Amino acid sequence: MTNEFIKLLGKKNLFIQGDEAAVYGALIANCRFFAGYPITPATEVAEGMAIWMPKLGGVYIQMEDEIASIAAVIGASCTGVKSMTATSGPGFSLMQECIGYACMAEIPCVIVNVQRGGPSTGQPTEAAQGDVMQAMWGTHGDHQIIALAPKSVQETLDLTIEAFNLSEDYRVPVILLMDAEIGHMREKVVLPEITDIKVEDRVPATIGIDKYRPYGTGFTRSSKVPEFAPFGSGYKTYVTGLTHDKRGFPVTTSAEVHEELVRRLIEKVSDDIDIIWYYEDSFLEDAEVIVVSYGTTSRPAASAVKMARKNGIKVGHVRLITIWPFNYEKMKDLLKNAHTIIVPEMNLGQMIHPIREIVNRDAKIISAPKIGGAIHTPYEILKIIEGSKN
Amino acid sequence: MKAGIRISGFGGQGIILSGVIVGKAAVFDGFNVVQTQSYGPEARGGFTRSEVVISDEEIDYPKVESATVSIIMSQEAFFKYALRTKKEGIIIYDPELIPDHKIEGNFKLAEVNATRIASELGTKIISNIVMLGAFNEVCNLISKDAMIESIKDSIPKMLDLNLNAFEVGRKKVKIIT
Repeated sequence: MTNEFIKLLGKKNLFIQGDEAAVYGALIANCRFFAGYPITPATEVAEGMAIWMPKLGGVYIQMEDEIASIAAVIGASCTGVKSMTATSGPGFSLMQECIGYACMAEIPCVIVNVQRGGPSTGQPTEAAQGDVMQAMWGTHGDHQIIALAPKSVQETLDLTIEAFNLSEDYRVPVILLMDAEIGHMREKVVLPEITDIKVEDRVPATIGIDKYRPYGTGFTRSSKVPEFAPFGSGYKTYVTGLTHDKRGFPVTTSAEVHEELVRRLIEKVSDDIDIIWYYEDSFLEDAEVIVVSYGTTSRPAASAVKMARKNGIKVGHVRLITIWPFNYEKMKDLLKNAHTIIVPEMNLGQMIHPIREIVNRDAKIISAPKIGGAIHTPYEILKIIEGSKN
Repeated sequence: MKAGIRISGFGGQGIILSGVIVGKAAVFDGFNVVQTQSYGPEARGGFTRSEVVISDEEIDYPKVESATVSIIMSQEAFFKYALRTKKEGIIIYDPELIPDHKIEGNFKLAEVNATRIASELGTKIISNIVMLGAFNEVCNLISKDAMIESIKDSIPKMLDLNLNAFEVGRKKVKIIT
């Protein structure tokens, strides 16, 4: 087994930024098309792609804006090439329509959003977690995407590979929700051993060309994900954002066709929630207070929980790695014994909403928001933990 | 062992590159390292800082609160960060850039005329490397070999000039208290 990018890079121990780690992860996963419009703090992703893509026979293209960028990514992916774009808040807003298109047409793609302070152009160089709800609900209509939130540079690399795998497995857009802090942070990164790297590819069409229906399922397996035939392969494919039948042709007034399609788009992901919902927990056994965090905020949260434990407070920590879809059942179970839940976020309270839905009524839920660019300090979170004892 | 190094100044002085060099050197020495940076949207000018956390354990919180070592290259940065150094911590500064460097407290102070030395060596842009030489001389955090290795790995052009700047910084640093 070999990995073209790792061979070309020639070293295993690196000291790189989060943005670069997203590039390296994508290239390890065999991403060979990148279209983007550079924007702070995601510019280094485009830079890295511009450097590496030509060396790997891939394509880097700087488009005129973010709408064109995601459209190009979807088009490239239709030909069977693993494709990615990277942006930040203002660009992510522009991409929403096409993210919906990729959901509807089931085109695998990875969108890296290195979050900065918003709304609008906001704070270009400052970190935020303000796009959490937008990642799930930015595009209109019922749908399901997958979003992953790394907490370190190493995890950015690992989760970028995973983002491609999930995108390919489920034929769904996957959003890597980073932030300016991780995007620009440098840490020691160790590339995975080639034998440990799992790279998934979309399931190809195997049925005879005359029998193939692009959105028919179950031809070769029982999953709700249809087999993929790339443009130019000889198979007849048809792609549209309109509600379509199994041949891919628009059927826009049938409630039956619409319901079957939209339910399948959601269920193909949500049926596997226990497989794709990644999380970490610590000190939960006897925890009366639980801190729930994701992304960068998990780092001061972890420090605060350890400090509070030293002070004898029964506090635990749950870190969400897959933030969308949200695993309601599992979260309910993890949080069931706590009398207080604390949710630190670099926004004015977003992930707290699904948590509020599942926590039992007697428990107190404390939002610990922080905006403006600086990440929470461990002491800020510790104070809230200490204050929640009674 | 856990140490926090904060390098501050203005855009264009190589503040962030200095942080990268220190961080990478610490990786060569086998430490866990997190390097972060903060700057405005300007290409030059504007306030800039870079922080490096070095530890032999896993690093949760990536920022520096009270620095073990502060390397300061502008008056504004001195006012802002000198006092955010740990008790008995080290403050290294360029006195010609920071005329007002009076400070109360239990700190170890070290001076190096980095910008002037760099100009005399040929170009002001290597003043950050002079500062790093001074840093390596007065602190026992990172080995000299690792620092040199990291400079070689991080600076593609004018390597001899930079290595010389590093050596001169080591020799010319004056410990004040």
